[in-house]
This record gives sequence, structure tokens and C-alpha cells, in this order.
Amino acid sequence: MRQKLVRLVGGVAIAALALGGAAACKSDSGSDEASGGACDAKIAFFGALTGPNAALGINENNGVKLALDKYNKENADCQVTLVPLDSQGSPDQAPGLAQQAIDDEKILGIVGPAFSGESEAANPLFNEAGLVAVTPSATRPSLNEQGWKNWFRVVGNDLYQGPAAAWYIENELKAEKVFVIDDQSAYGAGLADEVKKVLGAKVVGSDKVQGDGKQSDFSATVTQVKSSGATAVYYGGYYPEAGLIRKQLTGAGVTATLVAGDGTNDAAYIEGAGAAAAEGSILTCPCMPAAETGGTFEEDYKALHGVDAGTYSDTAFDAANILLQGIKAGNTDRTKLLEFVKGYTGQGVAANYKFGANGDLDPESVRVFAYVVKDGKIVPAKEIPKSW
Amino acid sequence: MDFNALFSDFGGYTITGLTVGAIYALVALGYTLVYGVLRLINFAHSEVFIAGAFAAIWGWAALGLDGNSVASGFGSIMLYLLVGALIAAVASAGTATVIERVAYRPLRKRNAPPLAFLITAIGASIAIAEAFGIYTRRRPVGAPTLVKNDVLFTVFGAEVTVVQLLILGSALAMMVALDLFINRSRTGRGIRAVAQDANTAALMGINKDRIILVVFVIGGVMAGVAGMLYDIRIGTLTYSVGFLLGLKAFTAAVLGGIGNLRGALVGGLLLGLVENYASALFGSNWKDLAAFVVLVVLLMFRPTGLLGESLGRARA
Repeated sequence: MRQKLVRLVGGVAIAALALGGAAACKSDSGSDEASGGACDAKIAFFGALTGPNAALGINENNGVKLALDKYNKENADCQVTLVPLDSQGSPDQAPGLAQQAIDDEKILGIVGPAFSGESEAANPLFNEAGLVAVTPSATRPSLNEQGWKNWFRVVGNDLYQGPAAAWYIENELKAEKVFVIDDQSAYGAGLADEVKKVLGAKVVGSDKVQGDGKQSDFSATVTQVKSSGATAVYYGGYYPEAGLIRKQLTGAGVTATLVAGDGTNDAAYIEGAGAAAAEGSILTCPCMPAAETGGTFEEDYKALHGVDAGTYSDTAFDAANILLQGIKAGNTDRTKLLEFVKGYTGQGVAANYKFGANGDLDPESVRVFAYVVKDGKIVPAKEIPKSW
Repeated sequence: MDFNALFSDFGGYTITGLTVGAIYALVALGYTLVYGVLRLINFAHSEVFIAGAFAAIWGWAALGLDGNSVASGFGSIMLYLLVGALIAAVASAGTATVIERVAYRPLRKRNAPPLAFLITAIGASIAIAEAFGIYTRRRPVGAPTLVKNDVLFTVFGAEVTVVQLLILGSALAMMVALDLFINRSRTGRGIRAVAQDANTAALMGINKDRIILVVFVIGGVMAGVAGMLYDIRIGTLTYSVGFLLGLKAFTAAVLGGIGNLRGALVGGLLLGLVENYASALFGSNWKDLAAFVVLVVLLMFRPTGLLGESLGRARA
């Protein structure tokens, strides 16, 4: 009896597989005739939704969801669906996911890839397929030198943010001894190098740690910072390690101010470090404070998701809106949408957008802000003067 | 190579290395006990550790201590520590019991090949870690500051803090207690008997399944206390940290001789030291490499680890 049952279940499973496969083939071959109508268009979000750095990716995916939610309410007869592609922030997973997006012909544009490392792995494929990718957060400078024709960035890169952080350390913190740590990621190491370049001899020591949740004990680094006598510590990397480093520095009695970039600019940093240890940390971000973004973005976001908008929720919202405006204007195949984004100019919630020939945000549009952790919250401190 | 950094602060690196190592050693005991008895690497043990670490934090939260609280007063600190350790030990032992019941016992009853155990272990590990990830929304959870990190005394130029002493002291005490339990008690004799020859032990009237359960529970208690000590030391917990810590603890167990309780202690402390010295010499990014180079070189000359496999050996 049991044997029979097993066979029956197995048979059903195989039949289901075969049917599923046939259905999949069918939808593939049918896509040619369907591509005339735009109403089954999709856009994809590409970034970490699980894994150690997921908080930033979830912020962004929620921003994209808000944009789609608004669009679909206004265009109820012609809706666009969101395909979330969870890269876990890992360059190893990126090519496979990119291919998956390319093979789904209904996907007309990508918001992402969110991080710099995965961008380097995925964009060559997107470029070849002519699939437009607008990143809300990959800030490594060299991404704009790759010659990708499909690639756009709605956020200022680390060439602005690195020197801006260094400016703050020199002029606001007035630190003479700075210790620089990075997590060896495309993003973190790039940012740390920019900071080191500007600060020069003021950098009294540096260390490289492991990101991606691979390290939680930073005692060796803490010992080095302590004996270097630094009064400011710059960390190039994401919030999970930044929170741990801050907590362990404070635990060892180091009072140096921690300065970090946009990858750390998330409430999860304070949750990790604890409000007491995080107090006074400086976080730079090429993103506008919520009060300046205007409109009802903050309220709408909170209403839809039940939590406050986080770092890059706004740029992801803008990136999705750029794609949606293109689709709305009738650019319903990949080639047309790519052309539309290339020529796009307009005001979003985070910036006034205009792209250079290399796909990067026009320098005129870039503004970098310093934020400070105060009473357990990240609040804007000041806009860092443009040096570009 | 930065010899200057290492030698100018040699004592400091030694103490922090030993502290990390003590936590590795406590977790390594779980691997070594299960391996000694079942010849099975319990890869879900990292999640046994994580369960204890989360349970301690949530237990303190239930007592009104969140990530920003600072405890004061010797009596209340000791009380919080004991309660934390107790909750963590119970949670970890419970998790270990569930893993044994759900992932291992059904397979053992069907005489499954060893590879099947490996797969269910990894499956259980991923399932538990992801459950914690979803529950915590994949965000870090802060532990309260129970013990102020004041410098207690100085040996050879190294400052020893309260936290370090607490971790080293409680880890050593737990291990001595475990060693006595295995070598002196009736149940301990049962464990050694099953480790030597499970079938013969069963013929002598030892309930094998009960012994196996006891082994998982003991491993769980050790991992739970390690979890609480981790919370105190690191101060922040993310759902995904178990995997790597588990891997390190497993390495420590192999380094000392898997199946050997004292080996787990030696292996753990050695691994902690090697990692910390390597961080100082070459930079923190090289510490894992250094640890595994030491492991490989050591296994080339002593394939059974520093102290050899012993839980099932006749002497005991």
C-alpha cells in the first residue's frame, strides 16, 4: 500500500513537472506576439534581500514597491509587475541571476544591482543583452569606466563621498590622527582608498577586515586602533561590521569618532552598535535628508510598509520611477526604454537627475550630506561643500 | 609583516586570543562529543549555539534589559548572568534535542548511510538559521552591557578586563566539570561505553538512545553558555554568525583531536591565539588563512590532531 502511494505521488510529481515545462515553453514561444501589448511589462529589483547585508536591499526593494504601487493605482488597466531578484549581495550569485532576468523577456528594466561588487559581475551580461540597469546605490567610482551602454547611476559615487568624508574629518572633527579600516569589498576598499588619498600623512594606521558577516570579532583591529592613538576612525564598508566595530571599540575604551559612508547609513548600524556606542558617529551619504526631499514620499512609504524609509529607499524609488515613466510613455521594449533613460532629465525625491555620457549622475546633481547619530537616531548634520 | 604591532602589544593579543579561543572551545565540545559517540559531524551544532545566544538576549529583554541598557550592582549582574546562562543552556539543549529527534534519530532507525546524516544536518542548520533571520528581520540584535569592560589587573603588560576573565573563567570551569562528569559519573561511563562499542554497550544494558540524547543535551548546554558569553563579548548578534563560528569550532575540535574533550580545549585556545597573532602580523584579512594553514600543517604530522581521538579509547 505504502509502495503504491509513493508511486502515485511520484507519478503526479513527474506529470506536474512535465506540464510545467510545457507551459514554460509555451510562454517563451508566445512572447513574440505578446510583446506588442505593454500591459504585462515587468521591472526587476536586483540586490540583497537575504544575507548579511539585506537591510539596504530591503530598503531599496521597498522603495521600488512604493513606486510600483503608485503607478499601478494610477494605471489600473495596464499594470507593471515587480520581479525581486535576491542576489544576497554576492558577486558569485550575480551572473546567474542576471541571466535569469535576461531570459525573461517581459523584464524591460532593472533597478540595481544594489552593490558595487555584484554590479561588476552582472552588468557585462545586461550590457550585452541591452537591458537597462539603473543602480540606486552602487557607488564604486570605476563602475562608470567599464563602457557599459546599459548602465545608469542615480547616486553620487565615492569620488564625491570619499573626499567629502575626509573633508569632514579634517575640518569638522579636526582629527590629526586617523585610523582607516575597510572590508575589502569593491565598495568599502574604494571608499577607504579615497579617504586615505586625501588625508595623506594623517592616516596613522590601517587594517582590512572581512565583510559579508564573515567576521564578528574585531579584537585585533581594536588593539591596533587603541595603540595608534587615533581620534577618528574611518570605516569603509557596510553597517553589520560597522556596528560591531563601534561596539567593540567603545567596549575597549576607545573614544575616537567613527566616520563611515552610505553603506553604514542605516538604523541597523545603531541597533548593532547600541545607541550609547553609536552616539556621535558621522555617516556620509550622497542622499538628501528626508526633510529636503519634499512631497509625500516619507509618509507614503511609512503607510505602505509600516516602517520609516531607510537609506536608498528614496533613490530606489526614483530609479523605479524613471523606468516606469519610460514604460508609460510607450517605450515597451528594451531598446526603446534604454534610449529613454539615456535622455532622461527630471526631478526625483532624492535629486535632480541628469546622466553623463558614461551613465553616471551629472556632477552638478550630486550633493553629499553628513549625518550624525544623535539620541539613537540618524539626523542630518550639514551639507558638505562641493569640491568638485 | 608587522612584527612591531605584534610584539609591542603581545600580551594584549594573547589575552584576546585566549578569550576568543575559550568560546571556540566550548562550542567545539559539542562537535567532539557527538563525533566521539556517533562518528557523526553535527553540522547543525552552529545553530544550537545561535539558539542559545538569541535566547539569552531575549531572556534579558524579558527582564527589561535591551541593547542600550547598562546593568549595575554586583548582585544583580550575577543574577542576570546566571539567568542568561540558564535560559541559553535550556534553549540550546532544547534545539539540540529537536535536531537529534527530527534530523538524526529517524535516519538512525533506518540505518541510513553517513552521507544522509550530513545532508539532514546541513538542512537543519539552514532551516534554523533562516528562521532566526526571518524573525529578526535579518537585522542585528543588541545585547545589554551587563559587565563593564574595566581593566582588572595587568600581567606582562597585558590588560585583563572583567569580561575576559569572566569568559576564560567560566569556560574553564564548565570544561573541568564536563571532564569530571564524563570520567567519574555513571552516565559518563555509559557515554564512554557507547563511544567504544555501541552494540556491546547495549548488550550490557545501556540505553543507547538515552545516552545519545544526553550527549546532544550536554553539547547543547556548552554551546548555550558559549552563546551567552559571545553576547557579552561581542555585544551584538546577527542570525548568520553561527555558520562561521561553527566552522571555527569544528576546526578547533579537529585541531585538538576530534572525539577528545581535552583536545577541544587545547584546539580552541590554540586556534584563538593563532588567529589573533596572524591578525596582528599580516592584517585581519589573513586570520582565517593562517588558522587553516596551521590546521593543514598540523594534520600532516599528526593526522588525529594534537591529542588524538580518545573518547572511545580503552584507557578512559
